[in-house]
Amino acid sequence: MTETSGGLPERPLSPHLQVWRWHITMACSILHRACVFALYVAVLLLAGWALALASGPEAYACYTGALGSPFGKLVLFGLTVAVLYNIAYTVRQTVWDAGKGFTPKIADMSGACAIAFAVVGAIVVWVIAAQTGAL
Amino acid sequence: MVQLTLPKNSTVQHGKTWPAPAGAKNTRSFKIYRYDPEDGRNPRWDTYEVDLDACGPMVLDALLYIKNTIDPTLAFRRSCREGVCGSCAMNIGGRNTLACTHGHADTPGKAVQISPLPSQPVVKDLIPDLTLFYAQYASIEPWLHTVTPEPQTEWKQSPEDRSKLDGLYECILCACCSTSCPSYWWNGDKYLGPATLLHAYRWLIDSRDEATGDRLDNLEDPFKLYRCHTIMNCAQVCPKGLNPAKAIAEIKKMLVERVV
Repeated sequence: MTETSGGLPERPLSPHLQVWRWHITMACSILHRACVFALYVAVLLLAGWALALASGPEAYACYTGALGSPFGKLVLFGLTVAVLYNIAYTVRQTVWDAGKGFTPKIADMSGACAIAFAVVGAIVVWVIAAQTGAL
Repeated sequence: MVQLTLPKNSTVQHGKTWPAPAGAKNTRSFKIYRYDPEDGRNPRWDTYEVDLDACGPMVLDALLYIKNTIDPTLAFRRSCREGVCGSCAMNIGGRNTLACTHGHADTPGKAVQISPLPSQPVVKDLIPDLTLFYAQYASIEPWLHTVTPEPQTEWKQSPEDRSKLDGLYECILCACCSTSCPSYWWNGDKYLGPATLLHAYRWLIDSRDEATGDRLDNLEDPFKLYRCHTIMNCAQVCPKGLNPAKAIAEIKKMLVERVV
């Protein structure tokens, strides 16, 4: 154990994430971070799609084939959730910027609504896509 | 810097189990963080069986019961036992609160788990070193700043202006909020944290204070203020029911308003 100048061992750091019982607001905040990261990936996928389109029909067919595979669809569904969650979270943040919606009860509710909007919205988008033959 | 795990010297190990006194019928386990700076070992979780029929309803009552009847070496801070001094702030059942105003029956789970305020250097057992927290509080100069000549009587304030301090002046600096904040966990050396910012706002909106501009200049910093990402843990855990997250949002609003 390393020692401080006083001869006593260096003080340990008290547990944080290891003991914390999460509130929905904390989960929402971290989910927002994760979704922003997912959207970086989405932009790369979109750039790849444009590149494939420019590289000719074979490359394009290969690229859309990969995205259309079950795994590709799972990723795309996840990205739909991420986009919708970001929209909802941004609305929530805009209200916060006006100094409103800070009581824990309301913040819990708005967080739950943001998650529900993202999940339900993504399902609706995909059902519409399936019914119009886009899948 | 985000640090999801604990450093090597801080990982908490298995400790001792202290049985209930003979004859105790109504017992509950209390799992308590122990650290002794003199034995050179890592912290550990000790489990105490507490006789609920022999101790009061609050977590502090249980801690005093343990110290008085089971293990006198257990160290923790306490003073007023009525939620006024803020000394007994600790993490109870995964949330920061005051041991004196929190009933152990309200803590979920089989055992009541108690550890020091999160992500702070531990002096001993449940006692964190809050030097940085107090230094940050001092850095916002929490007193009245004036330039006009001092009046013959007191500095006057209308009842309306005085009411703007409600929900702010009640803060007892227990540090429950600041040490509940992941942003403060990762950037505690640069981010001022919820408690200090709530006090910063308390002086910003005090109608008698004449240093509003300087105070805002001092806060306009990517780390000091803007590490608040409205995670809201501060408002969720404040044992006095205050809302530091809202106070921080109000400071951000003031900074925007003075530009436009």
